[in-house]
Amino acid sequence: MMDVVYALKRFDFLGKEFLTWLWFALENQPDTLRALDAQMSSLEIGNRLVLHNKNQQNTETVAIRGDAAGMEEGVLALRKGALVAEMNLVYRSGDESWQFTLRGDTLDPASLKVPQTGRLETKENIEGTAIEKYHLYRRVVDLIRALFSHFLELRLDSRWQSAVLPSFRTWINTKEG
Amino acid sequence: MSRYRVEGQPEGPLLETVRQGLSRNAISDIDQQAQERTIGWTRVDRPYAPSFEDGSFAIADFFLFALRIDKKSIPVKVVQKHMAEAEAKRKAETGRDFLSRNEKKMLKEHVLNVLSLRIPATPGIYDILWVYPENELWLFSTQKAAGEALEGLFAKSFKLSLVRLFPYTMAEFHPGLTDARRDLLNKLTPSSFTKRDES
Repeated sequence: MMDVVYALKRFDFLGKEFLTWLWFALENQPDTLRALDAQMSSLEIGNRLVLHNKNQQNTETVAIRGDAAGMEEGVLALRKGALVAEMNLVYRSGDESWQFTLRGDTLDPASLKVPQTGRLETKENIEGTAIEKYHLYRRVVDLIRALFSHFLELRLDSRWQSAVLPSFRTWINTKEG
Repeated sequence: MSRYRVEGQPEGPLLETVRQGLSRNAISDIDQQAQERTIGWTRVDRPYAPSFEDGSFAIADFFLFALRIDKKSIPVKVVQKHMAEAEAKRKAETGRDFLSRNEKKMLKEHVLNVLSLRIPATPGIYDILWVYPENELWLFSTQKAAGEALEGLFAKSFKLSLVRLFPYTMAEFHPGLTDARRDLLNKLTPSSFTKRDES
């Protein structure tokens, strides 16, 4: 395997491409995403989206914040060649919901809010709560893994150039902000 | 949360290896010492009384414990005040009105040692969940210092290494990655999402 520090820099585009594709897939292929996680009721963009447009001199950043924020600036930035660098997501399964932010460089879930668990009181409770929490975190880790695996399959396939990118361009050029 | 892949196999039975690694590298208090920083393992439920002998870190099919980093932060102005006092005292003792660079350096070391003994360490506690059937470990922090401390202490304690998971390593460890696809992965260049004329 390649040196990790070198790989982190060399492939820093990969996570941003994933998040950019994810925005497209969330709007255009929700059924495909649902098929990757049998327990998913919905997956939506939450209250934060950050885009980076890197050129030779500097990186232009567009940040969209707030629960009712419009996506006009984000769409415009995409049209200019920006990629999604951070995305807050709301994942729902049954009556429960999870919210977290993914950064393109690591795809680690940050600011992770999971459904509430019981209070800790006894030793048995500690174990039970730990197991419950583990499964709640596991859902997010598994979701990220499943979404990224699907993206990777596409990204390493000829369909990426022949079908995915053309569909993306059509979407972004016809999408209203 | 930061995610890692655990590489390698423990030298002995897993549970015993982990228990010994945690016990031998459990955090020790430095409040009564001149040491400014220390790291070690502790318990999630009793972070100030680390003991792993009861095996309670092993839950279902994961290990739950915590990394503790104790650090003494001496305010700069406190150091400046004590340095000024120490320098004045030294000048009076020697009858000189100046101190050499070496003398100042030694005085500073002495001042920091004295202050370190008087200032308690501030603990930072970071929960860790090691999902051993999947060779995966989660650190509940994204701080670089916590990650670096974890990687070093983990290798020392268990003779196993951690590989940080990020998009490239997630792809590299993807179970369906064939050699041909690994070659493609290693040659990937950025896509242009807006222009049609990319390579």
